[in-house]
Amino acid sequence: MSDFEPSVVAFLCNWCSYAGADLAGTSRLKYPANVRSIRVMCSGRVDPVFVMEALKDGIDGVLVAGCHPGDCHYQSGNYKTNRKIKLVKRLLSDLNVDPERVRFEYISASEGQKFADTVTDFVGQLKEMGPNPLKEGCK
Amino acid sequence: MDDGHIDVCFFNGAIRNSEQREMAHLLRRKSKVLVAFGSCAVTGGIPGLANMSDRKGVFETVYLDNESTENPEGIVPQPSSEVKEGTLTLPEFYDTVDTLDQTVEVDYYLPGCPPSTDLILNAVTAIIKGELPPKGSVIAPDKSVCDECRFERSEKSITAVKRIYEVEKIEDRCLLEQGIICLGPATRGGCGAVCPNANMPCTGCGGPTPNSLDQGGKMISALASILGLEGEDKMTDEEVDALIDQVADPLGTLYKYGLPAALIKRRVMK
Ligand code: FES
Repeated sequence: MSDFEPSVVAFLCNWCSYAGADLAGTSRLKYPANVRSIRVMCSGRVDPVFVMEALKDGIDGVLVAGCHPGDCHYQSGNYKTNRKIKLVKRLLSDLNVDPERVRFEYISASEGQKFADTVTDFVGQLKEMGPNPLKEGCK
Repeated sequence: MDDGHIDVCFFNGAIRNSEQREMAHLLRRKSKVLVAFGSCAVTGGIPGLANMSDRKGVFETVYLDNESTENPEGIVPQPSSEVKEGTLTLPEFYDTVDTLDQTVEVDYYLPGCPPSTDLILNAVTAIIKGELPPKGSVIAPDKSVCDECRFERSEKSITAVKRIYEVEKIEDRCLLEQGIICLGPATRGGCGAVCPNANMPCTGCGGPTPNSLDQGGKMISALASILGLEGEDKMTDEEVDALIDQVADPLGTLYKYGLPAALIKRRVMK
């Protein structure tokens, strides 16, 4: 499974995590190129459906990142999404899909390093897990 | 009977074996208008929960492991078996339960378990008058069950989730606000909110609301936005986990009638 390159979708909130990912870029930090970033205005915009659809379509891991507690520009989007993602994970374990394929992290605009580390760690973990079992399609 | 001979066919039931599949194809050919009638045909219904297992699992439970079953030879149904008179056949039981529209083209949908008399009357009237909505429509209102419910939502935060038997006295107000998981916000109305109006939570038989891809996903959003709202900024992650753990059997609760129609429609079998 050593040549398996997992695909990761990252939903990053505009005000913190996307800026953090940007900082990782401008600081020339290295992180695996497996991640496709999608900018959302707030992590609260991330609907459980986004996560489930990504997994259904065969994405190996979904990262959702938002502002630190107390920092959300819309006050509470990150708290809500934390709960949403936890519920989605419960559902995924019922479906026998490893809930660790979904991650929620707090990454601020100054945490370019944390973004790079998170992605590196996540991709490493997904490599060990192997491909998303939903990829072959569930008949 | 010629193809297209039947004017309207109300088709009941999900598709879980080859006989049902054949009937679906046959009735599709013979009918001018095919209506998926009831939760099972529309979203898979309760039988759709069998997508938590597969044929092997279902057979093991029903024919082998069941405490009251005596089956020392371990006989399970076979699609064909040889006897001295010849070959006997049975319909093939599938691993996965499908909805009707995953099997054949469906013209209209009439959700509900069962569809309410009003909905049936509406559909029949529309058919007779020739005033049918565009093909592919759900012949039910576009509103959610909450819109038809007599309770108004006022508070927007709940501190705990309870199952109905844990509530000592159900108050005369929004059930969700009392911590009872009611799928009203994520479920299409047309039923007149009969369940919440009788102090029982909506369990989602009307299927997803229009423009929602996944009924359970929508309910998760609704739940996450009110559960533990108060003092959320002071809660530790463990406390949030404990709150979320109170949602018993998320899959069975959120997809009671609709697993085959969900984005992820079955359990991964290892
Ligand atoms: S704005 Fe960043 S999480 Fe809401």
